Amino acid sequence: MIAAVLPVATPDWWLQLFNFSDYGQLLVLLQNSILAGALLGVVGGLIGVFVMSRDLAFAVHGISELSFAGAAAGLLLGVGVVEGSIVGSIVAAALIGLLGSRARDRNSITAVLMPFGLGLGILCLALYPGRTSNKFGLLTGQIVAVDDPKLTSLALISLIVVVGLLVVWRPLTFASVDANVAAARGVPVRALSLVFMLLLGLAVAVSVQVVGALLVLSVLVTPAAAALRISRSPIVVPVLSTVFAVVSLVGGILLALGSSVPISPYVTTISFLIYVVCRVASSRQARRASSRRRIVGSGEVG
Amino acid sequence: MPAPATTPTTAPVLSLRGAQLTLGGRTLWRDLDLDVAPGEFIAVLGANGSGKTSLLKTVLGQHPLSAGTATLLGEPVHHGDRRIGYVPQQRLADEGAPMRGRDLVGLGVDGHRWGIALPSRARRARIDELLDAVGARHYANAPISSLSGGEQQRLRIGQALAGDPALLLCDEPLLSLDLKAQGVVSRLIDENRRARGFGVLFVTHDINPILEVVDRVLYLAGRRFRIGTPDEVLRSDVLSELYQSPVDVIRARGRVVIVGTPDQSHAHGHEHDHSKDLP
Repeated sequence: MIAAVLPVATPDWWLQLFNFSDYGQLLVLLQNSILAGALLGVVGGLIGVFVMSRDLAFAVHGISELSFAGAAAGLLLGVGVVEGSIVGSIVAAALIGLLGSRARDRNSITAVLMPFGLGLGILCLALYPGRTSNKFGLLTGQIVAVDDPKLTSLALISLIVVVGLLVVWRPLTFASVDANVAAARGVPVRALSLVFMLLLGLAVAVSVQVVGALLVLSVLVTPAAAALRISRSPIVVPVLSTVFAVVSLVGGILLALGSSVPISPYVTTISFLIYVVCRVASSRQARRASSRRRIVGSGEVG
Repeated sequence: MPAPATTPTTAPVLSLRGAQLTLGGRTLWRDLDLDVAPGEFIAVLGANGSGKTSLLKTVLGQHPLSAGTATLLGEPVHHGDRRIGYVPQQRLADEGAPMRGRDLVGLGVDGHRWGIALPSRARRARIDELLDAVGARHYANAPISSLSGGEQQRLRIGQALAGDPALLLCDEPLLSLDLKAQGVVSRLIDENRRARGFGVLFVTHDINPILEVVDRVLYLAGRRFRIGTPDEVLRSDVLSELYQSPVDVIRARGRVVIVGTPDQSHAHGHEHDHSKDLP
């Protein structure tokens, strides 16, 4: 279609980026990837809300690097990429959860784990005798690699994360907003924090399979951050965040289908653009609200 | 000074007998006997580190007593008791959470339950009722991060009222509020404890914002304590004996100023750092 608009000179790089010939066939071939993307969108959109309210964006990045190390080790040792990445994620998430209850501790532990994980992953990949394109897929995402057994395991993990989140949703919200009062009310704040880190570890492991370790934040943080720019309703934000994540992932995969570059630039670009649009919209909203509040709020007492 | 809201014959809400708390080898207070009557407002004063907050945590079942007993309505205190409301220091304003005023109050209604909060007419009505009780209806849909400290504290009182508490524990709820907001928040607690009949234990470093509404004062210092009306406790001779060093209590223009306590650098000043509260 785009080639028809520009019939004379379509540059090579453009065809590398966007090539929609044989699109129907590709769509059938890659339906597993599209499904995996949609699943990850739901997982990322929902868990992202808590990543934001618990201020764990940096921790997510740290977990994803250890997840990458686990996946690379899984590839090298032949135990499986998904299995390895889950082990890596959960070890990292548990360490950060156990040792980093205060934000400052958490940041330093994450910063210590992150380069270690990346280095370990690079070592495993360097030792791995297989094809190099497999290797970089773990860092930057791969689209062709989702076969039926892998889709099943991704779906199963996604299901665990989503159901787990729905079960703990309310007390976890309470604990995230105001841990002291939640504890006084009998909410098991510390146990919930660990449960959440484990769910986060699983969510990261799923994301690494699809968008790659370096770009997990675009799925687990950006959609929720964008949603929070335009709403503060505890119902609207998770819904919007999920929609944004699914649109970024499925949209990114559909655009990437015919191209010869990895999927992640498409996903991260869509995700980023959604954030930019939300930010612009929110600054307009804020300007309107502040002028309204100035009128309503005059003469108010604290 | 207002008369206590109830007669002393009523069974106490909270009762401490021979209570002692030792944390990390350090005894904070011992032989503490305290009864909080329904509707009674007790201020907990004392030096930094004298165990004011730890007293609240004991009542919340988070610190077990080293000796003695603590009972709420006749039963030993336990963790997560829904009959206790808790209002901590003002420190919310979380930019990252999807949370509006009414959602914060909603957490008091059912935030401790598993699952997700399904919208229902009954839940909505209950939240509206609590918002009205603290006069927060008109900013109920504003994100909490956009609210002033005083506005947030009103919501938290609404949140604490959600469980129909028999006892309200307040831990420095006026900290970093301006004078006007301090007045609003303490009046709100006062009105509600009279209307609803719950006892109040109010930890504060400054008695002045609540001097008009408080029934009794529990003053903790150096493992000892004094209980009585403000006039009985906030006296130079009483506090000098308690601190075992000369302390002067000066009353001027309806305010109480305590001079000479060992933690003088933190004592009894108002903070004016909350610019959002100013119109």
